[in-house]
Parts: sequence; structure tokens; C-alpha cells
Amino acid sequence: MAESAVQLTGVTKRFGDLVAVDNIDLDISDGEFFSLLGPSGCGKTTTLRMIAGFEYPTSGSIKIHGREVGLEPPDVRPVNTVFQSYALFPHMNVRENVGFGLLMKKVESSEIAKRVERALDMVQLGRRADALPEQLSGGQQQRVALARALVNEPEVLLLDEPLGALDLKLRQAMQIELKELQERVGITFIYVTHDQEEALTMSDRLGVMHDGSLLQVGTPEDIYEHPRSRFVADFIGEINLLDGTVGSDGTVVLKGGYVLPLDHQIGAGAAVNVALRPEQLHLVLADDSDLIPPNASRLVGTVGRRVYFGESYYYEVTSEAGALDVRQENRPGLTLFEPGQRVAVHWDPSAAAMLEE
Amino acid sequence: MTSTLAPEDEAPEERPPEGTEVIAHEGLEARAAIAERRRGFFLGLPAMVYLTLLFVFPFFIVGVYSFATRSATGSTRLSDWNIDSYVKLFDPLVVGIVWRSFWIALLTTVICLVVAYPFAYYIATRSRATRNVLLVFVMIPFWSNFLIRTYAWRFLLGSDGPIAQASEALGLGTIRVLFTPVAVAIGLIYGFLPFMILPLYAAIERMDWRLVEAARDLYADGWTAFRKVTLPLTKSGILAGSLLVFVPSFGAYVTPEILGGAKTVMLGSYVVRQFQQARNWPFGSALSIVIMVIMLAALVARQRGGAKEL
Repeated sequence: MAESAVQLTGVTKRFGDLVAVDNIDLDISDGEFFSLLGPSGCGKTTTLRMIAGFEYPTSGSIKIHGREVGLEPPDVRPVNTVFQSYALFPHMNVRENVGFGLLMKKVESSEIAKRVERALDMVQLGRRADALPEQLSGGQQQRVALARALVNEPEVLLLDEPLGALDLKLRQAMQIELKELQERVGITFIYVTHDQEEALTMSDRLGVMHDGSLLQVGTPEDIYEHPRSRFVADFIGEINLLDGTVGSDGTVVLKGGYVLPLDHQIGAGAAVNVALRPEQLHLVLADDSDLIPPNASRLVGTVGRRVYFGESYYYEVTSEAGALDVRQENRPGLTLFEPGQRVAVHWDPSAAAMLEE
Repeated sequence: MTSTLAPEDEAPEERPPEGTEVIAHEGLEARAAIAERRRGFFLGLPAMVYLTLLFVFPFFIVGVYSFATRSATGSTRLSDWNIDSYVKLFDPLVVGIVWRSFWIALLTTVICLVVAYPFAYYIATRSRATRNVLLVFVMIPFWSNFLIRTYAWRFLLGSDGPIAQASEALGLGTIRVLFTPVAVAIGLIYGFLPFMILPLYAAIERMDWRLVEAARDLYADGWTAFRKVTLPLTKSGILAGSLLVFVPSFGAYVTPEILGGAKTVMLGSYVVRQFQQARNWPFGSALSIVIMVIMLAALVARQRGGAKEL
């Protein structure tokens, strides 16, 4: 395991009666791309601001490379921030913006010029060094903000929804660019976002926050495929949740009497949710049930609505166990199902996640 | 569209496409634009008439008078046009008065700025409710008459006033403030401080504080972040406030009359004197024009500075 770059222990932040961040423990490794994901107001930005030094924790410890920094002002912390909507200095040109941090650190001016030039080349803005921020497009401002932070070679780079203000195409391009940049410079990135796709595609690991608590930390695959709570399951991607109870033999019994053999450590009699991703479900006509692989889990229902999404079809299937959304990838020769048809929904048992109520 | 049908050697005529609806629509658009302009004109008309009749026209008269001749009896003859009044501006006495007015106004402006900035900063960084209360406090002096407030200072600064008494009681001897430039500056600062606070407040309140955070994040300490970010970004407020204090201080009449006494004559009083006691209207007019030009220059300088900053 790599050395830890940022370590939060029991960090809590209160604003009056409001608990913005509630007793968070988090360990981020050196060189990691770590995302904090959650809806607005979940405490992710407050957590980032505490690492940056704009807020002081009410209690708990914040360590950067082993050094306690929780109560230090921002200017002495070895971190830099890329702000939401950039916060470029409007009265300074690109070169002055990027060179600001080095100037403050009293780096020699010839050295500043060299490093600013290199940083601007890195974000492909070498030719706009004399432009004012307002003369740049959103994407270019974004790059300047990035260069302004990275030129200081911080131990940790903090990014607060940096792509939020960009349109979709540019955002996707910048996601790739950011990820490549991070791998190239090898600096630890802590990335705050409410966009689950962004978090999944870019991160080495991510943490999902809700109501000030850190609900789950793991790799994107881990979080997506094995959510440990209803909130995480619901927030990341789309998911079907079926109510069930754990039977005496350890199987899970759904409404309508469906019995699922599932691996779990939950005691008998407990109420659980069985979580199923729409794209991991398959459909066949109820009459063709013999086509289903023998070890697959299944239930029978009726097709409600069919929605066309271009790359896929969505079916709303109602069954005695509950409503299910099923996603069928659009490919040549696909059998379409019509509303009202009886169908069997089936899935590989490993696709189901168990969530305790 | 129709050009494909036109013979090649003829320039295709710009003809509107068939159907009158489009033409009617264009007419409507043009008429709407005219109506819009007319509406704007009528809305501005009362103010324009007012300013033309009561400002531009009188100012023009002042301009004309400044080139007129003062007769031996003190009446003004609108003939024998000359620039004697402007030549007289270079009289050492006049230059002295202009110079005194200038430095008193400058001192007033600088002190107002130094006092008002921290206070405006304080107001702008309070909660919205607190801000409104504090702003009302700034405005309260305006609820009583300026003349009365200035006379109050005459009492405060006078030889029997509380300040003089206190200094005597403390054994510091008699201090004479009234009828000195210091008294005038005190009165001006007192009178014009709100004009400095309000634009500063407006500028600081508009500040994007994330920029200060960005500066702190980039290793600037609190003071440096203020100097490098907050101060330049509130320059518009500094300029506006300075102008609003400097301009009326430079031409002030009431305050120097009441607190300055005979020795501390400032431009405003000197102009009035030309029209009343001295009965030299052409010279009074020339002085007025000069004040006007200096103020206009300050305004233009501010516009230039403001434009650059934005």
C-alpha cells in the first residue's frame, strides 16, 4: 500500500446547529485520483475546503503526508485548489495568474517565467499568456485554473467541481485530459463532484457522501457493483430495488414467493433490498423460459412501457416482486417486446447486491 | 432564392420572396424599433429639458460673462470681450487660494478614504440584516440640516467648546482649531464621509471572495491577498468615492465659511465674494469655469481608470 497523502480522522464540521461533515475517516494514498461524490449539500465541498484550509474542522485531525495541518491557514499548506468556476484573478493576465503562487513563494523571477511557460504549454495555452481571463472561453479558463494550481507542484491538488460550468462535449474531453494529466504529473488529486459518471470514469477510488457522512469508499467497480447501502445504490447509476426477507435457510424470499439463493451474512428474518442494475437483467418471453440458463435467477412479469434511448431500450416490467426497469442493449437482430406481453426477467445470481434495510 | 432564375449577366435583384406576410412583418419590426426609440426619448425628455434650461444654459451664460468687462462701477458690460479675467487667475493671491483649496480637498479625500475603507469593509462583510442597519446609521446625519451640523462643529471646536476645555483641563494649554484649515478639513471629512463609504461599500459588497481564497490558496498571507486582490478589485469604489469627496470639497462654500474664518478662504467662498462684495462678475465667472474644468478633468481621469480596470 502506498504512503498516505491525506488522512482524515474523525473530522466533523458544524455550522451552528448544522452538522455539515459528520465524523469522517478517510485515507487517500499518494498519487491517487480520489473523488468525493454526493448530491449538493452532502458535505463534500466542506470536506475539500477543510483540506484546503478555508474552513477549520470543529473536531478531528487532518494530516497531509503525516503532518497535522487541520488548523493551519491555507497559505502554509502544501495543497492547491482548482475552484468551481475557476476564481481566476480578473485583473491579471494568464501569465500573472499562473505565476501568482510562485511569486508569493518568492521564487526567482526567471525561474517563475520558465515554470509558467512550461505549465501553460502543458495545458496548451502558451499562446494566450497575455490574455485576460475574460477573453478566454470557459474551457480555456478551466485550463488556466489548472495550470495556476499545478505550477506550484503541490503535494495534493484539490478540485471542486471543476468541470461543472462546461458543456457536455467539452466536459467529456476535459475528463480524459484531466485523468491523463494526473497520471503524468503523479500528484494526488482529490476531486469533488456530484456527477456520478465523472466520478466513475476518472477515479482510482471514490467516496460517496450523504448528509455529512461518508457512506462508502471503494473503486468505481466496487461502488457500482457492490453498493452497501440503499443511498449509494440509488445515487450511482440506475438500480432496481426489490423488497425481500432472509429465510431460515439463508435464501432471500421476495414478494410473490420468489426465492433467490444469495451469498450474504445477514441473519434470518431480516428485511433486505435486493439491488439489480437494469443492464444486468435479461428478458425472454415467458413461454420461452427454457432458454434461460439453469442457474440464473428469474421472475415473471408483464411488460409495461418501452422507451427508446438510441443505444438501448428500456422496459418497465411489473411483477409480483415489484417493478423492474430492464435495459436491453440495442444491437442488430434484437427481439423487441410489446407492452402487455408476459416475460421472464432473469439474471446471473452474482449480479444481485444485498442491502440491509 | 430567386437569383437562380435571373439571367447571368444581370445582377440578381434583391427581391423579397413571394407572399406579403414577410413584408408586413418587416414593416412591423421597423415601426416597433421607431416606437421604442420614441418612447425612450419621451421618458428622458423631462430630465433633458430640466438640465438644458437650468444647467447647460446658465453654464453657457457663465462662460459668456467670463469674457465680459467689469465697468468702474462694478456692473458688467457685455462688450469689449477680453481674457483679462483668465489672466487674473495667475495672480499669486488666486493661485494661493486654488492651492489651499486643492490640498484641503486632497487631505479630506485621503482621510475619508483611510477612515471609510475599513468601515465599508466591515459593513460589506456582515450579514444582510446587519448591513442594512449599519447603512442606515451612515445615512442618519443626512436627516438633519447640513448647516446646523456644521454650526455644531463651530461650537465643538470653538474656544469655549468641549475640546478646548478638555485640553485646558488636562493642562495641554489652549488649542485653537476653529478658523484654521484643520477645522475646515474636519468639517469636510465629517460632511462627506458617507459619500466615501457608500461607493466603497458597493464595490466591496460585489467582491467575489473566492478570489481572496484563491490568493490564500496560492500562498498569499491575509495582508498580501488584500493588497493584491481585494484592493485592485475595489478600485472602482475607491475612485468613485474619492471623486465624490474631492469634487465638492474643492468647491466647498458652507463649511469653509463657517469653520474657516477670514484666513482660510477657499475657492467657493472666493467665487461668492467676486459676485457679491467685489462685484467682479467676469472674474467670478472665470473662476467658476476653472473649477468646472478641473472637476471635469477628474471625472474623465476616473472614467479612463475605470475603463481600464474593467
